[in-house]
Amino acid sequence: MRDLVIIGGGPAGMSAAIAAYENGVKDILILERDESLGGILQQCIHNGFGLHKFGEELTGPEYAWKYEAKVRELGIECKLNTMVLDVSEDKVVTATNSEDGIFQIQAKAVILAMGCRERSKGALNIAGSRPAGIYSAGTAQKFVNMKGYLPGKNVVILGSGDIGLIMARRMTLEGAKVHAVCELMPYSGGLARNIEQCLNDFNIPLKLSHTIVKIHGKQRVEGVTIAKVDENRRPIKETEEYIACDTILFSVGLIPENELSKSANVELSGITSGAVVDQDRQTSVEGIFSCGNVLHVHDLVDYVSEEAEIAGKAAVEYINGNKDESVSIPVKTDGKIRYTVPQIITKKKDVSVYFRVSNIYKNVTVKVTDGENVLLSKKRVKVAPGEMESVTLKKEMLENAKELYFSLEEK
Amino acid sequence: MERKLTCIICPLGCELTVQVEDKKVLDIKGNTCPRGKVYAESECINPQRTITSTVRCNDGGLVAVKTDKPIPKDKMTECMAVINKAVATLPVSIGDVIVEDVFGSNIVATQNRK
Amino acid sequence: MYDITIIGAGVVGGMVARTLSKYKLKICILEGQNDVAMGATKANSAIVHAGFDAKEGSLKALLNVRGCKMMESVCSELGVSYKKNGSLVVGFDDNDRATLNELLARGITNGVEDLQLLEKEELKKLEPNLSDNVICALYAPTAGIVCPYTLAIQAIGNAMDNGAELKCNFEVSCIEKTENGYRISSDNESVDTRIVINCAGLYSDKIAGMIGDNSFDVHPRRGEYILLDKECGDTVACTIFRTPSKMGKGILVTPTVHGNLLLGPTSFDIEDKEDKDTTAEGFAKILGNTHETVSGVQLNKTITSFCGLRSVGSTGDFIINSPEKGFINAAGIESPGLTSAPAIAEYIADMLKDEGFELEANPEFNPTRKSYHAFGDASMEEQNEMIKANPAYGKIVCRCEGITEGEIVDAIRRNPQPHDLDGVKRRTRAQMGRCQGGFCGPYITELLSKELGIPYEGVTKFGGDSLVNVELTKGGQAQ
Repeated sequence: MRDLVIIGGGPAGMSAAIAAYENGVKDILILERDESLGGILQQCIHNGFGLHKFGEELTGPEYAWKYEAKVRELGIECKLNTMVLDVSEDKVVTATNSEDGIFQIQAKAVILAMGCRERSKGALNIAGSRPAGIYSAGTAQKFVNMKGYLPGKNVVILGSGDIGLIMARRMTLEGAKVHAVCELMPYSGGLARNIEQCLNDFNIPLKLSHTIVKIHGKQRVEGVTIAKVDENRRPIKETEEYIACDTILFSVGLIPENELSKSANVELSGITSGAVVDQDRQTSVEGIFSCGNVLHVHDLVDYVSEEAEIAGKAAVEYINGNKDESVSIPVKTDGKIRYTVPQIITKKKDVSVYFRVSNIYKNVTVKVTDGENVLLSKKRVKVAPGEMESVTLKKEMLENAKELYFSLEEK
Repeated sequence: MERKLTCIICPLGCELTVQVEDKKVLDIKGNTCPRGKVYAESECINPQRTITSTVRCNDGGLVAVKTDKPIPKDKMTECMAVINKAVATLPVSIGDVIVEDVFGSNIVATQNRK
Repeated sequence: MYDITIIGAGVVGGMVARTLSKYKLKICILEGQNDVAMGATKANSAIVHAGFDAKEGSLKALLNVRGCKMMESVCSELGVSYKKNGSLVVGFDDNDRATLNELLARGITNGVEDLQLLEKEELKKLEPNLSDNVICALYAPTAGIVCPYTLAIQAIGNAMDNGAELKCNFEVSCIEKTENGYRISSDNESVDTRIVINCAGLYSDKIAGMIGDNSFDVHPRRGEYILLDKECGDTVACTIFRTPSKMGKGILVTPTVHGNLLLGPTSFDIEDKEDKDTTAEGFAKILGNTHETVSGVQLNKTITSFCGLRSVGSTGDFIINSPEKGFINAAGIESPGLTSAPAIAEYIADMLKDEGFELEANPEFNPTRKSYHAFGDASMEEQNEMIKANPAYGKIVCRCEGITEGEIVDAIRRNPQPHDLDGVKRRTRAQMGRCQGGFCGPYITELLSKELGIPYEGVTKFGGDSLVNVELTKGGQAQ
C-alpha cells in the first residue's frame, strides 16, 4: 500500500510529486519508463523553457534538472526503467521492470502523468512508397540529440508544430539542408518566435496551406511531391511540385497517451483526448488525477509544471479526506473556444481555467457567462490555436453558478 | 526605414515595428514588455542568438551544451564548427565550461553526465 | 549438393520447405531480399478463406478447402496466431442474393462445411455494426484469420530447425542444367541441387523462363490496405466481404489476429513488379466502400496504410506443375494462396513422390516451434520466472504493443535471423503499434547493431540502401 503513486517522471510527474511532498504526503512512488527522470525534456536540448516559472531561459535538460535535483533532495522514491502495464479503477497499479519483475501496488491516490506521443506518418494516408528516411520529428530529435546520428542530409518537414520547427534548426546546424516546412493549415501551429529563429534565421521556407501528396523512393526516400491545398484542405493538382530529398520529418500533432487512463475507466474528452477533470485535475474516477500533456497538450512546460502542482496538492487533500462542500458546475464552450480544462468545477474556490481556440481570431472578447449573467469578459488582441490561454474565475463568481459557458465574441 | 520583427525573447512572440536609420533605432512599437525593446535594438544593430547543440564526450557519447551568452547571429556556423570539434571529458555537470571564449561566450554543459 | 532448392521464401516457399523437412532431404531456401516473407506474404488480407469462391474442380478450390482444414493445426504447431472468426459475404439487393446462392452451391460442391445464408435479423445479432443496407449474407463459420508473415517466418524457422538452410540476398540470375540436376546462380554464388521448386511469387515466370518454360506469365495486382488501431478491432467479429462482381471481391473489413481492424484491398492491375505505392484513389475507394458495408469504422484511428502486390497467373488457376522432371513450379499463387499454402506444400510433396523421388521420413523431425509471443502469452507467474532468469524480459521496449527487450533479442538470435528493423517488427510486433516505432525505433536500432555486430548507422529498415541514419554527427566516434 502506497499513499501516492505517480505514473511518469517527466516534468508533470516530478512537479506533482514535489507539490504532494511539500503539502504533507511523503509516501510517494514515481514510476518512470525511461532510464532517467525528465521525460521528453532530456532530448529537447534547445532553450526557451522556464521563463514563466523561473524567470530565466533554460534548455530542456536544465529545466528537468531543477525538478530532478529537488526530487532527489526530498528523497522521493523513483523506479526507473519501469513500465506501468495497468491501472485499475480501484487504484491497483501493475508495472514491470528488470529487477522487480511484474509487481502490483495498491495506491490511495494515483496521478497520471504519462505525457503524449507524436501522431505518426501512418495516420495520414499519404500516397506513395514506404522507404527508409521517414521519421516523426521527435524520433529524429532522439537520433540527433541523444544518439549522435544524423538521419538524413536533405530534409522536408510536414507540419509546423514547435518540434518540427526546432528540428528544422537542429538538422541545419548539424549540417543537413532543410528544403521546406509544409503546413496544411493557413497558419502555423508553432510559436512565432520559433518561426523566426528556427526558419527565418536559416532561410527555410514555410509553405502554409501545403501538404505532401506523394512520397517517392524505393529503399530510401528520394523525394516528395507537395501541393497547395484549397480551403477544404484538398490538394490542388496544378500546384504540385517535386522536391528531391532523402528524409521526411512529420510534426503533425501530439496525442495524449491515455491507454492507462482507459484501463482505469477514466472518462476521456473527445476534444482533448485526455481525461475530463475538475479544477483539482481529478478525473471521473475518485482519487485518480491527471496532469501535463497526458491531460491536454501544452505549448509550454512551465504550464505543465503548474498544472501538476495543482494535481499534487489535490491528491494530498484527497488522501487526507477533504470534506469541503462539493458542487457540480459543468464548463461548456462555443466551438470557437475548442475546449477548457477543467471541464467541470466541483469546489467553490478561485479557479484558473485554461482554454484553446479553434482558429486565429483578432480583437476578440472572451466571455464567461452563467445563463444570463456575464461573469467575466476579457479582451484579447490575438488568439491562436497554438497558444493556450487562461482566465481566473473568482470564488464569488461561482457562488450561484449552474453552468459556465465560454465564448469568443468577434467585433 | 521600417522593419518588422517577431520578438523571440519569450513565447508571446510580439510583432514589433521598428524605425531604423543608419544603424540607429528611432522608434519601437508592438512590444509588451521592456525586453522587447532591448531585443529590437539588438536585432537591428547587432543581432545575436544562443546556440544549443551537443558535444562529443571522451566515451563517445554526447552531452548537451549551449553558449552561455548569445553570440553574433552571423557567427552561428563558425560556432558550430568549434562545437563539433570539441570533446568533453567526463564527468560533466550542468554549467561546466567545455570551450572557453567562443565569440565572447563560453560553451557550457546543460546536462549532467557521469 | 542439395536435394531440394526452393526459390522464394514467402509463405508458399516456407510451407514447402517445412513440409519437405519432414523427410531426409538436404534443403536450401533462396531468397532475393534481405529477409523472408517480403513479397505478397507480408501485405495481404491475412484471411483463411473457407473455399466457396474458386471454380469447382480447380486447383484453387481443392487446395483452398484442404488448406483451410489444415490451418488450425499447422498454426498451433508453429506458434502462429490464428482465429476461426468466420466470414460473411454481404448482399445489398436481389442480384447479390442470387450470386450468394451460387456461392453457397459452389461451396457445397467444393466441400466447404457449415455454409449458411443468413437474413438481416440474424445478421444484426451476429454483427451489430453491419450497415442497414445489408439484406442478407453468406456465412462461412470455417473461415478464419491468421498472421501471414509469421506463418512464413515460423515455417522457414521450423524447416531450419530441422536442417534446412536459408540464403537471403540471393537473387537468382540463372539456372543451368547439370548432370544430376541444376546449378542455380546469383551474381555472386551458386548452389547445386537435384530438384528446384519455384516459389518465386511475382518473379516465378522469370525463374521458369530460365529453364525454357515460358508457358505462363505472372503480373502484379496492386492491393492497398488501411490498418486501424487496436481500439477498433472489435468493430466486427467476422471478416466482412462484399458480394463479388466482375470487379473482383471488393473491399473487406476484418479484424486481424492481433486485434487491429484491416480495410482493403483495392485491386489494380499494374506492370511494375516493384511498384508498391499507395494511391489517393486507392484510399478513396477503401474509405467509400467500407462505409457501405460497416458503420462505425473510426477512420481517425488509422495507424498505417500499405500496398501489397498479388501474383496473378495467366491461367486463372494456381500454376503448380512440373515442366521437366526435377523442376516444379508453384506460380500464380494469388488469393486464396495463403489459405492454400499448407495444402500446396503437401501437394508438391506428392508430386515429387509421383515423379519417383524417394522421400524417406526423417525420424528426428520436430513439428513444433516456440511462438515469438511466448513471453507475452504467459501467465504473470511464468513471466516473473522468465524475468528472473533473464531480466531483459522486464524491460518494455515497444510501449504500444508491450514488447520487451528479451523478446526482441530472442527474435534477433533465432532462425530465420532478421537483419533489419522491419524484420524485427514482423517477428515481434515491436514498432507495429500506434506510434509506428517513433519511440522504440532508435533503441531497436541499437539492439540490432549490438546483436548483429554492425555499426549503428549501418542498420537498415529492410536491407539494401534503406539506411535508417546516414552518418554520425560531428564526424566523431560512435557511442
